[in-house]
Amino acid sequence: MNSILQPVAIIFWKDILLELRSKDIIVSAAVFGFLVVVVFNFALNVTPRLVTQLAPGILWVAFAFAGTLVMNRSFVREKEQGGLEGLLLTPVSRDAIFLGKALASFWFMLIVEAALLPVFAALLGFAAFSRILLLTIVLATLGFATVGTLFSAIAVQTRSREIMLPVLFFPIILPVIIGAVEASSQAIGGGASGGISRWLPLIGVFDALFLVICPWVFSFVVEE
Amino acid sequence: MATADPVRQPRLSLTNLLVVLGAALMLADVYLIFMVAPTDSVLGDVQRIFYFHVPMAIMSFLAFFVVFVASILYLARRDQQWDRLAHAAAETGVVYVTLALLTGIIWARPVWGTWWQWEPRLTTTLILWLIYVACLMIRAYAPNPTQGARYAAVVGIVGFVDVPIVYYSVQWWRSIHPSAVVGPLAEAGALEPVMQGILLFSCLTFLVLYLYLVVERTALRGLEDQVRLLKFSMRRTGR
Repeated sequence: MNSILQPVAIIFWKDILLELRSKDIIVSAAVFGFLVVVVFNFALNVTPRLVTQLAPGILWVAFAFAGTLVMNRSFVREKEQGGLEGLLLTPVSRDAIFLGKALASFWFMLIVEAALLPVFAALLGFAAFSRILLLTIVLATLGFATVGTLFSAIAVQTRSREIMLPVLFFPIILPVIIGAVEASSQAIGGGASGGISRWLPLIGVFDALFLVICPWVFSFVVEE
Repeated sequence: MATADPVRQPRLSLTNLLVVLGAALMLADVYLIFMVAPTDSVLGDVQRIFYFHVPMAIMSFLAFFVVFVASILYLARRDQQWDRLAHAAAETGVVYVTLALLTGIIWARPVWGTWWQWEPRLTTTLILWLIYVACLMIRAYAPNPTQGARYAAVVGIVGFVDVPIVYYSVQWWRSIHPSAVVGPLAEAGALEPVMQGILLFSCLTFLVLYLYLVVERTALRGLEDQVRLLKFSMRRTGR
C-alpha cells in the first residue's frame, strides 16, 4: 500500500511546491473566476429577487471555467520543460502519476473555490457556509479534477490545446455540473431538500466510476 | 489487353452486396413510407419523418456501442484494424446523430410548436453528438495518427460510459423543472400494426446503410494508411 501512496504523495507535493514558488495557477484562476462573476453580474442584472435562481448557475460556470484553467496549466507546465517524460521515466506506476496530478489539481481548485466563494456570496448576496454547499463543492471538484486531469493530459499533446480541453471536458462533465447546480440551488435557496438526496449520490457515483476508469485509460494516454 | 484490370473487374465483394441490397431496401422503404404508410390522423404527413428519425437515432446508438467495443479492443490488442473500425463507426455515428437531431427538429416545429425542447432524450442525444464530435476532433488535432488513435479510443470509452449518467441527470433535471410542452411519450404505445411494420423495415434499411458506410469507410481508412506509409517512405528515401 505504501508503495502506491508514497509516489502519489511525492508527485502531489512536487506540484504544491512548484505552485508555492510560482503561484501562477491559483492566482490566475482566481482572478479569472472573479471576472466571470463580474461579467455575469452585468450580463444578467442580478437583482435580489433573482439571486437564488441565478447564483448557483453563475457560481458553477465560474468554477468550471476557472477549473479548466487550473487543469490546463497543470500539464502545460509539465510539457514545457519536458517534465512529463521525466515523470514517465521514473519507476512508478502510471496510476500513481495520474492520482498525484489529479490530487494536486483537486487541491488547487479547492483553494481557488475557497477564495472565490465568500466573494461571490458577498457580491451576489447569499449565505455561503451551508454544509450541503460545501459538501457539493468538494464532491463536484473531485469529479472535475479526475476527468479534467485525464483530458488535459490528452489536450496538452494536441495542436490548439486551449480549445481541446473544454471541448472534451464539458460534455463529459455535464452530469456533475447539473448535479452541482441543482444541489447548490437548494442549499442557497433553501427549497425542498428532497433533491439533495438524489444529486449528491449522482455526483458521488460519477466520481467513483471515473476514479476507476480514468487511471486505467491514463496509462494509454501517456505511453510513448 | 486480354487480361482485364483486376481493379475494374466487378466482384461480388461484401461492399458491392451491401450497396445493391441497401439501394433496393432504400427504394422500397421510401415507397412504403410515402405510398403505403397511412397518414397519421393527428399529426398529418409530418409524422412520416418518424420513419427516418427513429431508425437513425437507434442506429447511432449502435454505432457508438461499436466505437466503444472497437476502442477497447484496439487498446488491448493494438491491431490497426480495430482503430479503423472505431474511426469509421464514430464518423458514421456522428452523421446519423446529426440527421436524427435535424429530422427531430423539423418534426418538433409543427408538432410541439418549438424547434427545440430541453427534454431528456433530446438533450442526451445532443450531448452524445458533442462527445463524438470531440472524439473526431481529437483524432484530427493529435500530433500523429498513432497518438490520435489512442486518444480517440480513450474518448470513445469514457464517452460511452458517461452517456447513461448524462441521461439520468438530464431526466431528473427535467423532472424538477416543470416542462411546458407535453413530450412525445403519448404516441409510443399507439402505433398501428402497419406503421410498426414499416418502422421495422425502415430500421433494417438504415442498418444495411450503416453497415455499408462502416465497411466502406473502414476500407478507405486502410487505403489512407497505405498512402501515408508510402509518402513517409518516399520522404525517407529522399525522392
